[in-house]
Amino acid sequence: MSTDTRDRVLVDADWVESHLDDAKVVLVEVDEDTSAYDKNHIKGAVRLDWKKDLQDPVRRDFVDKEQFEKLLSARGIGNDDTVVLYGGNNNWFAAYAYWYFKLYGHADVRLLDGGRKKWELDSRELVPDLPERAATTYSAKDQDRSIRAFRDEVEAAIGQKNLVDVRSPDEFAGRLLAPAHLPQEQAQRKGHIPTASNIPWSQAANDDGTFKSDDELTTLYGDAGVDFDKDTIAYCRIGERSSHTWFVLHEILGQPNVKNYDGSWVEWGSLVGVPITLEDPS
Amino acid sequence: MCGAKVGGPSTDGVDLTQESVVQGVVLRDGEPVAGAYVRLLDAGGEFTAEVPTSATGQFRFFAAPGSWTVRTLAPMASPVDYPVVAAKGAVADLEIAV
Repeated sequence: MSTDTRDRVLVDADWVESHLDDAKVVLVEVDEDTSAYDKNHIKGAVRLDWKKDLQDPVRRDFVDKEQFEKLLSARGIGNDDTVVLYGGNNNWFAAYAYWYFKLYGHADVRLLDGGRKKWELDSRELVPDLPERAATTYSAKDQDRSIRAFRDEVEAAIGQKNLVDVRSPDEFAGRLLAPAHLPQEQAQRKGHIPTASNIPWSQAANDDGTFKSDDELTTLYGDAGVDFDKDTIAYCRIGERSSHTWFVLHEILGQPNVKNYDGSWVEWGSLVGVPITLEDPS
Repeated sequence: MCGAKVGGPSTDGVDLTQESVVQGVVLRDGEPVAGAYVRLLDAGGEFTAEVPTSATGQFRFFAAPGSWTVRTLAPMASPVDYPVVAAKGAVADLEIAV
């Protein structure tokens, strides 16, 4: 069952190369460093800016359904297109966009396994040319809240559901507030949510950014204390690395009832009155 | 750092008194390698961060004080591991050959 699930949500670089001229396949690059696309990208790929395009410019929330429809229409993405997302940082922001596309109900969305890094390490072709896609009339669904967790639900999940903190051990234990390649900033307090397991996103990926095998992934989460009979909430700092883990648990392994807490540590570590613990991962 | 050979990017604009910087340059046959991937692993070997090198082959991490391993992946090269110690207020500067 799981291999079929994997094939439905993941494509490899050879598949992408053989579909570069397929008009029904839209490649979408999503990066943390949004200027990477300007330099070059996979032929035909359009860009989504995870911040400017996907975050509301005023409130701390996502763009609403109408804004998402307008965005995808302008990018030339149709409801029946196969969307293939890829990006830098081991697909963190591509996985975030994948989860976001699912949140608004896009039918066929997939990730390029290994993302931009694997593509570059293979020395595959990248081009600077901007693609031209005719505008569409995209129609989004209402947000699927079964895959998105909010803070009250996270607090109620302490000691009840699987809480998976996918940040690095140093962030989990409160020695760092952000990944080490970024300036340290953001939440008011360091640490993690009580009863959370620390299973860094990186343990689900190989060095080249591709996902580990189904068996390795099942063993990884099982050994780290995830009870597959319980519901799961994944979080990180701003919800992008936890999208990567949500993708593994919900999309590759086919686990039901897995949510991404996109408020993540930047929200939790700034809330008044919520519990925080500091101990190192067990 | 005055007078020291610096492999990494300029530290202008970085408050070095507050950061534990690990940075450097990736070289192949003495030439900078752009688009290599540099990963920072903690003392337990756990991934902490990763950046691609710049057009001039450079990279930088804001780490915490302690022992780290810098692992470099480049096209057509085997991964290279480099141990490094980071300290607050200091810049650890590396030249990595692949």
